[in-house]
Amino acid sequence: MLRLPRFTYHRPTSAAEAVKIAADHGPASQYVAGGTDLYPNMKRRVQTPTEVIALSGCADLVGVSGSAAEGITVGAMTTLTSLEKDPALQAAHPALVHAASVISTPLLRNMGTIGGNLLLDTRCNYYDQSHEWRESISFCMKCSGDTCWVAPSSPRCWAVQSSDTVPLLCAVGAEVSLIGPEGERRIPVADLYQDDGIAFTTKKPGELLTHLHLPAVDGTWRASYRKLRRRDTFDFPVLGIGAWLRFDGDVCTAAEIRIGGAGSYAIPATKTAELLIGEKLVAGDAAAEERITAAAQEAFKPTRAMDNTDHFASWRKKMAPVFVARALRDCLG
Amino acid sequence: MGSDGTSGADRPEGKHMHAVDPATLQVIGKPWRKVDARSRVTGQTRFADDLKLPRMLFCKLLRSTVAHARIVSVDTSAAEALPGVHAVLRGEELPNTFGILPVSQDEHTLCYDKVRFIGDPVVAIAAVDEDTAWDACRLVKVEYEKLDVVTDVFEAAKQEDNRIHDYGRGGNLHRQEHLEFGDMDAGFAESDLVREDVFFFEGNTHLPMEEHSTLAFRDPDGKVTVMSSTQTPHYLHKALSKVLVDHVPAHKIRVIACPNGGGFGGKSDPFNHEIAAAALSIKTGRPVKITLTREEVFQTHRGRHPVLMKSRIGVTKTGRIKALDFETHLDGGAYGSYGTASTFYTGALQTVTYPVENYHFRGARWFTNKAPCGPKRGHGTPQPRFGLEVQLDKIAVELGINPAVLRRQNLVDAHSLTANWMRIGSMGLGTCIDKVVEGSGFLERWGKQPYGKGIGIACSSYLSGAGLPIYWNAMPHSGVQLKLDRSGLVTVFCGSTDIGQGSNSILAYIVAEVFGLEPQDLRIVTSDTDLTPVDLGSYSSRVTVMTGNAALQAAERAREMIVGPVADKLEVPKGRLTFAGGRVFDCEDPERGMSFAEAVQIAEAKLGTLGTTGSYRPPRAAARFKGGGVGPSPSYSYTAAIVEVDVDPETGIYKVPKIWVAHDIGRALNPALVVGQVEGSVYMGLGEAMMEEMSYRGNRFGVHKIPSMLEYKTPTSMEMPEVVTWIVEDPDPNGPFGAKEAGQGPLLPIMPAVANAVYDAVGVRVDEVPVTPEKVFDAMQKKARGQEGRYGPNELPSIEWPEPRRVRTPWQGGTGVEVEREATEARS
Repeated sequence: MLRLPRFTYHRPTSAAEAVKIAADHGPASQYVAGGTDLYPNMKRRVQTPTEVIALSGCADLVGVSGSAAEGITVGAMTTLTSLEKDPALQAAHPALVHAASVISTPLLRNMGTIGGNLLLDTRCNYYDQSHEWRESISFCMKCSGDTCWVAPSSPRCWAVQSSDTVPLLCAVGAEVSLIGPEGERRIPVADLYQDDGIAFTTKKPGELLTHLHLPAVDGTWRASYRKLRRRDTFDFPVLGIGAWLRFDGDVCTAAEIRIGGAGSYAIPATKTAELLIGEKLVAGDAAAEERITAAAQEAFKPTRAMDNTDHFASWRKKMAPVFVARALRDCLG
Repeated sequence: MGSDGTSGADRPEGKHMHAVDPATLQVIGKPWRKVDARSRVTGQTRFADDLKLPRMLFCKLLRSTVAHARIVSVDTSAAEALPGVHAVLRGEELPNTFGILPVSQDEHTLCYDKVRFIGDPVVAIAAVDEDTAWDACRLVKVEYEKLDVVTDVFEAAKQEDNRIHDYGRGGNLHRQEHLEFGDMDAGFAESDLVREDVFFFEGNTHLPMEEHSTLAFRDPDGKVTVMSSTQTPHYLHKALSKVLVDHVPAHKIRVIACPNGGGFGGKSDPFNHEIAAAALSIKTGRPVKITLTREEVFQTHRGRHPVLMKSRIGVTKTGRIKALDFETHLDGGAYGSYGTASTFYTGALQTVTYPVENYHFRGARWFTNKAPCGPKRGHGTPQPRFGLEVQLDKIAVELGINPAVLRRQNLVDAHSLTANWMRIGSMGLGTCIDKVVEGSGFLERWGKQPYGKGIGIACSSYLSGAGLPIYWNAMPHSGVQLKLDRSGLVTVFCGSTDIGQGSNSILAYIVAEVFGLEPQDLRIVTSDTDLTPVDLGSYSSRVTVMTGNAALQAAERAREMIVGPVADKLEVPKGRLTFAGGRVFDCEDPERGMSFAEAVQIAEAKLGTLGTTGSYRPPRAAARFKGGGVGPSPSYSYTAAIVEVDVDPETGIYKVPKIWVAHDIGRALNPALVVGQVEGSVYMGLGEAMMEEMSYRGNRFGVHKIPSMLEYKTPTSMEMPEVVTWIVEDPDPNGPFGAKEAGQGPLLPIMPAVANAVYDAVGVRVDEVPVTPEKVFDAMQKKARGQEGRYGPNELPSIEWPEPRRVRTPWQGGTGVEVEREATEARS
């Protein structure tokens, strides 16, 4: 099997201590949460920190607190399994629980954390390869090379946003807390990301994501996550739709739809959302069904599926309206 | 005298079926535990990578990062200087070539003149640990002069001057076969319906859980032992003997095949890493181990050939095949491997399920700059079987006959000859079809379910062992030795290799049955070239039939040795002695007897040390024409499968909720093992049908797109449907107790049955494997636009064919040889 390169393993017991270690070592260091993303990347030599700061001993990063009505906060080191099994989250945020439950396998969810999933490296099948494999293509822009082999004339990297929770959390307007050498800040999840395969987050050097803040549940909104992948176990999304609709009675008053797995960030389906706002949307109503189908069609254009994941890119793009429509239908009362 | 110089009477062809009364069988036909089951499930089986020896070194291979190039220079000085490195092995140190088939000895242990695919090994390094060996590989500087990359059969045909090898039929054409049986023009003229279809079957790989691993060491007296995850220790021994001829003589090389963690054909070739480890152990005087990474397993490959094929078929109104004209193009990858046999196999077994009155086959294998293809479960026959079974489905639709009925009313006869001179033995396909049709309600459901729901049928056949060995010789294919100890222990020695299929258990069941013992009481010693008689290996579904017959012969000979002295002692006629329950006794007076151990002691006192041998060689084939060596078998198994699908018309995504499968095994020596093989085949076939593909990026230097367990998609337990299995028993005269194969045949019908079920569900044809959702979707969109609802290839490379070898069919009065030779033979 592939083997890990040598590194020093740090085991702080608090977030503050972790941040300090990171500050001491600078770019040579990296945080590790569950390790299900970082360690394989290290084995493939695409990430090679010499100082690995394990967060598993940081008790202040674990747990679920708050209330549905006021807003629930989830510690970044809460495992995906704990999140999925948390009764409060199951009751208040079924879409998030569903999104977490379709990540990889039970074994990996036992290790993987919500913080790690939010910061999952972008993926690309020119990048998620061994050192030897990448040598065969003279490496790629995201690691050690100059060219993005997905689109060789492109000046940017097209690695794919592949977290299941991110499109949903962007759509529902969740927030995250970060601490770093310059102190603490709280930002919308959507602002944590930017449209670039390499610099895909706005996290500053040494900053540590500590908590996820879920929006208050007041009965006015519903959300859904729909995932396309080859196998119902194990696989990363090649399309992950997060949808959120707010209602006043039967009328949709706000909408946010994010398309994951189809670009370097969870792409907003703005036009789709615009077409829904102000419309009467009731489950089973033929007119509503038509409106949803028509609005979902508008998700085709922003979907930027390229040939760097599983399945034909052209089919993945055609599937976006189908999956957006299904996610929207899930949100009807 | 036979043409091979042996007389019929001397041929050690094993025992043919003797009268077996199923009611008296103690072991055969019963679901006994596998002899190695407890060891396997408790994690105590030691696979090759579990082995450790003092002072052991670790080996890594530096593999080519370019797909096609001349090697200009290799500088290993920096690697040699790295602390911890003990030896660096370079290609020119081992100039002798090797390869599984005598006709394609085209591999070097390490390349030194040319590399032919990404992954071709160039340098091997032995160091104190894997990390050091890996680091040392990174210090080697290889200068390549790049050549154009040949990525598929069309490119191979086009780039005639850019030759990957300097042997073969010219250009990049490795093999070209052309055979004609009967009168094709007459056959088509007599047909009521003629259709032509083009199909593609994508390559896929074995994906064994265990990555290949080898441990080699040299004794102080110069003997070299190679312990390896191989299915074919005998052939590995031959390759080692050839390549290492200047370093160690053949009789000082010992190959031990470790228990395999899955083989499926992927561990049937002798491999570079095995020879490199042996050479490095000689060079360093220390044990050397190498275990491949998963990516290297993808590069080692030898899996399913991608096959592009065209089938032109003529049938009567009832679906009887008057003429079949089949052309295949195999994308062979970078080396010969088993490819010559694979090429013939794409043409050999189309005739053994439904009678084909006139048959024409053309097969071409091309070299390309990809990992070499070879034998994977079903070896060369699943691809044409897919084409034929889908084509028959189309014919059933055109003729308005239910496809199960069409097949049922057109079956070959048991104990008959086919157009291409395959000798059919027992033939239980009709019963298989009846079982699955009845079990699934096929007649009531096919064509009658709501849009999106579909059901499809396909059938198949596979050989129970190849009729000829890989290298020509007149010796047995399988040998068994028995040693009977005074304690009552029977030790069975055999060269066969248990790759998880249960071949060690089969030896135990057969010998235990003859002696009236329990299988767990025997000692089974296998797959060690120093200790065990040759068995050719665990490939071509040959082990149960061939080792089984050899074991039966050895056991019956030993029983015969015991019977005389014991009969004398008990004063009972020999014919009344029975072996059962660990005793030997008078069947008319069971009290009168003794324990098996006492019986052995009495016999040993009389006869001296007790031991016997048994051996097996398949019956001579009816096919005597050139090229007729591939396809003949002691017997053929038969399978029928029905697959149910639910297709989502909005996306093309489909699920397979249930599969019904019936397999004609002749006789199940252990029904639990048979069901395991059938279900395992169904699983593997479903992976090929739905998702597996060895995809390369032709426009990106020929890299393998997805060499990992995550991205090379194969079904998980979640995709595995409910499988209903029937074992159909129609004992075959050539099998031990009537047994035929079970390990490969049941895979074959799954792919076409899935494609046929998708058609039944949504009315579109995916004429290629895998049948992925995007292809189903594409075909549905085409249909919605008023075009043909089909996804698949349309053309083959256009090449010149040599004149066919013409052979008259049995019903034309042929004799199994070419028409020209018939005349010569008649004169003499």
